[in-house]
Amino acid sequence: MDKPVNNRAWFLVLPVLVLVAFSAVIPLMTVVNYSVQDTFGNNQFFWNGLGWFQEVLESDRIRAALGRQLLFSAIILAIEIPLGIFIALNMPKRGFWASLVLVLMALPLLIPWNVVGTIWQVFGRVDIGLLGHTLAMLGIDYNYVNDPWDAWATIIVMDVWHWTSLVALLCYAGLQSIPDAYYQAARIDQASRWGVFRYIELPKMQGVLLIAVLLRFMDSFMIYTEPFVVTGGGPGNATTFLSIDLVKMAIGQFDLGPAAAFSLIYFLVILLISWVFYTVMTVQRDRT
Amino acid sequence: MAQITFDNLAHSYLAAPKADPDWALKPMSLTWRDGGAYALLGSSGCGKTTLLNIISGLLHPSRGRVLFGDRDVTDLPTAERNIAQVFQFPVVYDTMTVRQNLAFPLKNRGLPADQIAARVDAVARMIGMTDTLDRRARGLTADAKQKISLGRGMVRQDVNAILFDEPLTVIDPQMKWELRTQLKALHREFGHTMIYVTHDQTEALTFADEVVVMSEGRIVQAGTPQSLFDAPAHTFVGYFIGSPGMNLLEARVEGATAHVAGVSVPLAAPYATPSGRVQIGIRPDAARPTTGDGLPFRLLRTEDVGHHRILRGEVAGASFNLTVPEDEPIPATFDRITLDPARIGVFVDDWRIEPLERAA
Repeated sequence: MDKPVNNRAWFLVLPVLVLVAFSAVIPLMTVVNYSVQDTFGNNQFFWNGLGWFQEVLESDRIRAALGRQLLFSAIILAIEIPLGIFIALNMPKRGFWASLVLVLMALPLLIPWNVVGTIWQVFGRVDIGLLGHTLAMLGIDYNYVNDPWDAWATIIVMDVWHWTSLVALLCYAGLQSIPDAYYQAARIDQASRWGVFRYIELPKMQGVLLIAVLLRFMDSFMIYTEPFVVTGGGPGNATTFLSIDLVKMAIGQFDLGPAAAFSLIYFLVILLISWVFYTVMTVQRDRT
Repeated sequence: MAQITFDNLAHSYLAAPKADPDWALKPMSLTWRDGGAYALLGSSGCGKTTLLNIISGLLHPSRGRVLFGDRDVTDLPTAERNIAQVFQFPVVYDTMTVRQNLAFPLKNRGLPADQIAARVDAVARMIGMTDTLDRRARGLTADAKQKISLGRGMVRQDVNAILFDEPLTVIDPQMKWELRTQLKALHREFGHTMIYVTHDQTEALTFADEVVVMSEGRIVQAGTPQSLFDAPAHTFVGYFIGSPGMNLLEARVEGATAHVAGVSVPLAAPYATPSGRVQIGIRPDAARPTTGDGLPFRLLRTEDVGHHRILRGEVAGASFNLTVPEDEPIPATFDRITLDPARIGVFVDDWRIEPLERAA
């Protein structure tokens, strides 16, 4: 089919371009701008090339934070994805109980991040917290302020409490869309419970699982508020994740150049890992 | 394999059914002969699928028992009944290849690998998918998927029965005919009891040795296609089977005469004077146009469908169709019809009654 070529059609794209420019590209470019310059105050800037990038990449402190961040996201995904699937499989399918469970599951998602942090900060305190005090009474030496293991455990449990619902609700939506005939056919074919999960439920959930994995990866990789409220990054640097480190650098020390370079690298790492997840999961699906 | 018996079976989807319409299946007792090819015919929503699901154990009946041979299987789960069932819409296991799909029911029953391979190859030939055995099922077209579903239904040789729930709905007409032939061949070869649900009478009449007609949760008649056509037990059967269906006229029956709209119509035998709503039924090919005496007929239009013509019109305000073979002349003008007395049925409150002599 012949399509008429009219370059004025480009004007139709203009509103979107302007919107994206102001909402994303221009702010990002200011960060790029800072990342290649140095300043000694007085609003005077000097060209610094890739110096800040080199400094950030070679920084042991930031590398350690990246390591902690990767470990944290890995643990979060390893717990929340299977747990979310498990919960979704066991949620009632219809009726009063289904509605009730949906509401209960959605509750943690409705609580603001810093409130979640505060809840767990208080909950885990050894002197007055329900959890901390109970553990202490049981003779368990638990103290998230002093002990790095306890601090990690607290933050992981908090994140699981806060976000597993999201995975469960997404999986539940995926499961609800499976027609009854599939389950009936599986019964006729004498499939085991595992077979039903492996060959019907899991394949049908693949789309929502991809979204769940991406969302949980990105969110956990960018986590800031909750650990900041609970542990402030401590004890020592034990729970200092990338974003906590970045905020310290950008706002605490006002090192604009390194912080900008750090931000860009941070952004690219998230982009890269998300791309890997997406590619691996969709290639798996489209294989014929 | 075994014969399947319904003993006072009834089912309702409601927890506490009260009135008649609450029951999806009204109480019924019926025997499905071992090795029979049955068609279960009826309009949508008459309970056909419910009946199948009760046989396969996907549904537990509200009342009554299901027997396989002498064994009461009412409380047995689907897996232990060893029934194959094919559903109206294709169900395939997306992540598996066609081969794995076909092998799945056999694998779940723990058959040795060489037997599985042999069965899968045989079924693949039957459904014409030998070339696509190693394709993943996800990307296939709807009718290819339905062929896989059919294949999975036919792959087990030791099943008690194979149930088909309108399996050819999504398949194109040419393939439909071919698959139906394959099913018949399969039936001849292995002699499984087969129950084939459909609302398409052609499909039912070509597939089955015996047709079971359902209406509103009730089995109204079971018999050979010919007996259903010649002597429908219920006006629904008369109307549902045959194209066009049986003509029904309000009548008053006295002895061997029916009175329709003031005209006497002779019957083949005397009937006891019935009470209730009386109708006479006559197949379209058992009525003839005439220029002499007969029932007044008003012709509305003529359809030529090849080997016969359909004359659509009215008798005493009720629609009435005649079929006339193409080699038989139709009078240029006629306003009366005659009916073949031997082929008139008498129905009281929709159910067929027999004449006095035969009943005695």
